[in-house]
Amino acid sequence: MKVKPVNHARAAEAFIKDTPHLTFHDERLWDLRQKRDQQMHELPEWQELRTLASQIKEHTLANLPEYLEQFEANAKKNGIHVHWAADGAEHNRIVGEILEKHGAKSLIKSKSMVTEECNMREYLEPRGVVVTETDLGERIQQLDNQMPSHIVVPAVHKLTPDVAKLFAEHYHTDPNDDDPQSLAWSQRLAARPVILAADAGMTGGNFVVAETGSFVVCTNEGNADLSATVPGLHIATLGIERLVPRMADLGVFVRMLSRSALGSPITQYTTHFRGPQDGSEMHVVLVDNGRSHRLGMEDFWTSLKCIRCGACMNTCPVYRRSGGLSYGAVYSGPIGAIIDPTFNERKYSTLPFASTMNGSCTNVCPVRINIHDQLYKWRRVLAEHHELPFVKREVMNMAGRLLGQPKLYRAAISGTETALGVLPRFALYNWLNPWGKNRELPHPVKQTFHSWYKQNRLKTKKKGEDA
Amino acid sequence: MPGTGVRMKIGLFVPCYIDAFYPKTGIATLELLEKLGQDVEYPLDQTCCGQPMANSGCNKDAAAAEALFVKNFAKYDAIVMPSGSCAHHVKDNFDAIPQTDEVRHVRKNTYELVEFLHDVLKVDAFPWAEFPHKVGLHNSCGTLRALRTASMSELGEPFFSKPMDLLTKVRGISFATPRRPDECCGFGGTFSVTEEAVSAKMGVDKVRDHHDAGAEYIVSADTSCMMHQQGCAERAGVPIRFIHIAEILNGARA
Repeated sequence: MKVKPVNHARAAEAFIKDTPHLTFHDERLWDLRQKRDQQMHELPEWQELRTLASQIKEHTLANLPEYLEQFEANAKKNGIHVHWAADGAEHNRIVGEILEKHGAKSLIKSKSMVTEECNMREYLEPRGVVVTETDLGERIQQLDNQMPSHIVVPAVHKLTPDVAKLFAEHYHTDPNDDDPQSLAWSQRLAARPVILAADAGMTGGNFVVAETGSFVVCTNEGNADLSATVPGLHIATLGIERLVPRMADLGVFVRMLSRSALGSPITQYTTHFRGPQDGSEMHVVLVDNGRSHRLGMEDFWTSLKCIRCGACMNTCPVYRRSGGLSYGAVYSGPIGAIIDPTFNERKYSTLPFASTMNGSCTNVCPVRINIHDQLYKWRRVLAEHHELPFVKREVMNMAGRLLGQPKLYRAAISGTETALGVLPRFALYNWLNPWGKNRELPHPVKQTFHSWYKQNRLKTKKKGEDA
Repeated sequence: MPGTGVRMKIGLFVPCYIDAFYPKTGIATLELLEKLGQDVEYPLDQTCCGQPMANSGCNKDAAAAEALFVKNFAKYDAIVMPSGSCAHHVKDNFDAIPQTDEVRHVRKNTYELVEFLHDVLKVDAFPWAEFPHKVGLHNSCGTLRALRTASMSELGEPFFSKPMDLLTKVRGISFATPRRPDECCGFGGTFSVTEEAVSAKMGVDKVRDHHDAGAEYIVSADTSCMMHQQGCAERAGVPIRFIHIAEILNGARA
């Protein structure tokens, strides 16, 4: 069955029509970008840190098998159970089995993009496991049955009245009380009993350290710490690209993560998990899910350097005006547009075109991923793999032929009648039509530069030569 | 003659949309280079640099246009164009055709007008130029982040701006500073039609930002951005005018 490509343009158009949401979204994320800039100005070594971070990640990725084995050995020494999952299905099965073995029916978890990738909730819930997200934004998204729209601030596309309405439905609170304090309080009241009674806890991991066999979770709400430590069973889902070789490397990454993401020097909580507490169990599931495949892609492997800070999303003028959900994928924004097609080329074939290729994303990336260059490269790959819409392909093919023939081209732009003879009307007009929806056309002029030049330079030159 | 006194044989490239819709920009570029003592020719058989096809991923479809471009311009010391995005394409992405010596010569010697005036001719005065208006400078993403004619806010590097260096030599001109000077205006080539809603929203936000900062004019080295912005401004009723930097430097008063 042929999958339909995500219609980013249409979803974005709907998002833009809702002015209050759009304005808040754009301003809120722009504010994060501004705060990130301030933090950058406070660290004169910022560009050096970016280079170092990039080098450490590239080195690690180039030696991934060795570092993964080193991590596994050290983690086992620390008493951690280590599992390997080739894909999302295997990850879900492993988690399901661990929970089953412990008779665990309720799972509390902190935010993890990898579990989103694996559709873990959808797998566990029919098997009788109640999964509760403990990150506020992520919980809001769970209650609304939506994917996170941003990898750091998952509900940033919502306004407080949306949350008040949602909480009223689920927590029976006052739908008209949209005060952020009381909304946070409602969530706290609803979440605490679930946390205290949970059978198992799950976290992701921002960094995985090979030399110590430990992993690091960075949050602002402390929810990961509760998820990990309150129940006697902690499962951590870790993407295999999260690795760094040494503890010392964190001195680079921890300094950059929250500065890039939220413009704060550090997250409120930076927790190092080294092994299970007395009387409890700790499992890590190392997830590949397409990463090895991506590592083998010459033009795209460096996207694995990503530390999921979301800075590229915050700065992206297209993302800010289209909202994360318009990408129809777990990963949205510029980084999503270069990662998602590795999961499904056809489905996400539109995403590398949801960009003006302005390059701001590349500049803010703390690990120096050349995001906009990869967007450009993806466009070529998708064209070569015939994943472009028919009309675009035809228009480009016609334009390419026309622009290679000066005489035909001149004829085409000098008179509409001739132009219509040259360019099949349906394609050109249908395709260019959207220009005028919210924009005026350029004003017609009496004379092209070309004919002005012939009249004012070539003729005078000739006269001069004659004399 | 202001500048270094270098005299070069220049091939003038006038991109299709300037040729058809903004001939004044082409004329100003030509006249300005002539005033600066350059030997300028406009090869009549030119069409396009190949960028629209290449940016759409259809790189093979760009081959004919690129080959024609080289045929037209290989004989010049420098190829100058009043368009940052076209210069960026030729310099950085022009690879649909085999990279012969001729092609390499063309790519190496292609300049966007501002960088040519600033870096090659090193023009230090425009005695004929006067523009008694408040302007907002729009650096296209091609000039800003690819050709690097100005500092980029994301990197926190020391301020520099080649277009500003040139414009400050114009009598009577003053500048408005928008809130988001480096934000893309949303043109993006075919993006402007395939992602119409986002493109137009970015455009109207951009012109409002300049208008709110007090700009009477938006000035840019890229007509394509301005064609889009002008369309957005006119539809949304934002009273602001547009002018290419070549026209101001050539002495346009309004």
